[in-house]
Amino acid sequence: MTLEIIGISVLWLFLFLYVIVASIDFGAGFFNAYSAFSDKQHILTGIIQRYLSPVWEVTNVFFVFFFVGIIGFFPQTAFYYGTTLLVPASIALILLAVRGSYYAFATYGAKINHRGYIYMYGLSGLLLPAALSPVLAISEGGFMRLEGGQPSLDYWALFTSPLMWSIVVLSIAAVLYISAVFLTWYAWKAGDEKATQLVRKYALIWAGPTIITATGIIFELRGHNPEHYANLLNLWWMFALSFLLFLGTVYLIWKKRNYGLAFILLVGQFFTAFFAYGASHYPYLLYPHLTIYDSFTNESMAIALIIAFIAGLGLLLPSLYLLFRLFLFDKDYVKGKSDYHA
Amino acid sequence: MGFEDVALQSRILTLMTLSFHIIYATIGVGVPLMIMIAQWVGIRKNDEHYILLARRWARGFVITVAVGVVTGTAIGLQLSLLWPNFMQMAGNVIALPLFMEVFAFFFEAIFLGIYLYTWDRFEDQRKHFLLLVPVALGAAASSVFITIVNSFMNAPQGFDVLNGELVNVSPLLAMFSPAVPTKVAHVLATAFMTSAFVLASIAAYRLMRGSNHIYHKKALFLTMKLGLVFSIATAVIGDFSGKYLAEYQPEKLAAAEWHFETESEAELVLFGVLDGEEPKYAIRIPYALSILAHGVPGAEVTGLNEFPDDEIPPLWIHYLFDTMVMLGMWLAFFSFVYVVGAWRGWPLIKKAWFRWLTVLTGPLAMLAIQAGWWFTEVGRQPWILRGYMKTSEGATTSGQVDLMIVLFAGLYVILGIGTVVVLSRMYKRNPVEKELAQRESEKGGEE
Ligand code: HDD
Ligand code: HEM
Ligand code: HEM
Repeated sequence: MTLEIIGISVLWLFLFLYVIVASIDFGAGFFNAYSAFSDKQHILTGIIQRYLSPVWEVTNVFFVFFFVGIIGFFPQTAFYYGTTLLVPASIALILLAVRGSYYAFATYGAKINHRGYIYMYGLSGLLLPAALSPVLAISEGGFMRLEGGQPSLDYWALFTSPLMWSIVVLSIAAVLYISAVFLTWYAWKAGDEKATQLVRKYALIWAGPTIITATGIIFELRGHNPEHYANLLNLWWMFALSFLLFLGTVYLIWKKRNYGLAFILLVGQFFTAFFAYGASHYPYLLYPHLTIYDSFTNESMAIALIIAFIAGLGLLLPSLYLLFRLFLFDKDYVKGKSDYHA
Repeated sequence: MGFEDVALQSRILTLMTLSFHIIYATIGVGVPLMIMIAQWVGIRKNDEHYILLARRWARGFVITVAVGVVTGTAIGLQLSLLWPNFMQMAGNVIALPLFMEVFAFFFEAIFLGIYLYTWDRFEDQRKHFLLLVPVALGAAASSVFITIVNSFMNAPQGFDVLNGELVNVSPLLAMFSPAVPTKVAHVLATAFMTSAFVLASIAAYRLMRGSNHIYHKKALFLTMKLGLVFSIATAVIGDFSGKYLAEYQPEKLAAAEWHFETESEAELVLFGVLDGEEPKYAIRIPYALSILAHGVPGAEVTGLNEFPDDEIPPLWIHYLFDTMVMLGMWLAFFSFVYVVGAWRGWPLIKKAWFRWLTVLTGPLAMLAIQAGWWFTEVGRQPWILRGYMKTSEGATTSGQVDLMIVLFAGLYVILGIGTVVVLSRMYKRNPVEKELAQRESEKGGEE
């Protein structure tokens, strides 16, 4: 394995983890707002506050890890993506600020439960994937021009591209689906029958759109980026595996059985699809300008970063284990029997 | 729109985001240590008041941390968005500490989550106290790492440039630039000092507003003592920072001191206005600049005449430097008077005007932090990477920075107001007296 591959794998893995934990967070916020809207708020709010409030900062660090890490391993991405993404990334930052401040002001702080705020927080959960996912479309090439050596984004081409819009729809559907499956499990662990039934229904509703848009994107790619499409087809077996895992999750949720296993299968489904997609994108970070080889940092930096990463993991994994043991796997905590908030 | 304009706009946006983030970051670095000390004293003395102090501070702290995380994420991403050319180069050489910083964030965020949600969950208070250690360490480590990056921008090393290519990169050498020792130490000491004074301000304010509870008195005395210790440390390390500048960035020191000609036995110029190259209405302290720069009155101090005109930082940083130093001196002096007064039982420290001055310590320390950062960052101009890359060369070419300035200005106003409103509402709804009474009755019920 070359250093380049190690670097991109580490980043891709952390991006994957971000996608999962952030989806749970984003989707929960949306469901919360939706139930406030339809006056069922009490069913979900407790669960959201018990699970999400202690961990949202950790979720955010996964995001920071990705954009700091990619500049470290592939500094040239700063030049291409940094120059062109000013507007979409700034919008994403504002939306992240809405979420962060909701936790700060409404759940930790003075318990401001103004409806408008709950709606904004919920809406930001849908707008964020919509703001972040166009990066994936941009990386397929065709939306960025070099003018006098400086990259710039062709907004018109981007906004009229069916590829971009299918990625946006997929990201929203996936967020809601992932979140609903997780919350079904969590609500069931909490012994909250009403909440379980509610989110279980959401999980079943969003399963269809997720898989349909995901398939749609593969076909969009055929026209947009034939090279990538061909690579995707070579990895058809991974997508087939992913699809089987998807069926497993839906089956279990449908039968009201083994919600924990259902969530694990869901993680497996996204893991295989995400890595198959990533592998087929190889070696490009940005078609056709940037590959992982010509944008890579120097060797001594790469080695230093990998050593730091391994040392960091040594610190991180036990701490994460402790966090999850206390908040995810602790029966009394999950059931809301014990409240030890400062 | 000209190229220069975008660079200026990027500077304004960077300045805005960093100045806002640094408020929360300073609290984020310093307050965990204060909570730790209070909780430790409480456990040692078996004193409910200190434990409750730690608990109430922790409650407010979560809110500032959350806003700190939001603004920190903004600046982290903005560095790449606004300075892509610089980050492309810097990424090759100084990415290591930036990367390590992320692990410090993880560490801090994880244990903060645990700490906050486990009050009274353990039988043994000391176990809970231990959870705070990684929070304080993580916060301090993240400021150390980011300051290392900033040091590199001021004193770059650890690479060679050959035909426009970066070669012989040594990440460790780049990390330990000569600016690191003084910068890191000064930043940490000032964060602790500022946090102590901010908490002192709050206690003093409560005492002003009629709550004469012993709880606030204990809080005030504790934080003023800590403020005194750290402001002395700050001044001593600040003196070393001056010596660092004289050695490695003489143009910054010379611009800060309006020191135009290289000369020995240099005098220190405080405030005043500039008439050509002549400071007017200024306070002049003989030999002081030579002492600040090299430790001896007779030493020679490099003047601005040794640098080309286009490499001289803006001369108005003089006022920033003076502001920082005067505030540092004042806060050390004031906290000294307070601590001695409290020991000796001087009635002075209970006078209303003295209390008001005590309330001011927190805001003044925060002002000194701002002045310090503006001084050191503006004083690096025109360089973004001293000696290698000018700020205008590092900037983005995107045409929409002006719009983003407006957008983020709005965001920071809302976040700033939100923090103040939420914090004051939170404490008003649940005053100490009420909480103490509640805890008393709970205890009574158990026994
Ligand atoms: C509470 C805030 C505060 C206070 C009271 C002081 N400082 Fe400071 N100073 C800072 C907050 C600060 C800072 C914000 O932390 C800076 C900005 C960048 C840095 O490294 O630290 C800084 C930078 C800084 C520098 C520039 C270092 C560099 O660019 O590398 C010098 C020479 C001093 N300080 C010297 C002093 C002296 C002699 C003080 C006398 C009491 C003093 N500071 C008080
Ligand atoms: C260019 C300068 C800076 C950058 C790029 C930066 C970046 C960041 C980022 C990305 C976060 C969010 C981390 C998370 O998601 O948890 C953050 C938070 C934080 N930053 Fe900054 N930061 C900078 C300056 C500073 C300085 C100067 C200090 C300390 C003196 C500091 C201390 C902290 C701390 C302690 C936090 C954790 C949140 C808190 O406790 O408030 N940062 N920073
Ligand atoms: C550690 C905490 C830091 C603080 C509080 C800080 C503060 C500031 C301030 C106040 C300015 C505005 C100066 C001006 O307009 O002339 C500035 C400029 C800037 N800083 Fe820093 N800085 C920090 C570290 C960093 C780091 C780590 C980086 C990059 C990795 C960085 C990059 C820049 C850039 C690119 C500018 C714009 C150029 C300029 O106008 O000076 N800063 N910073």
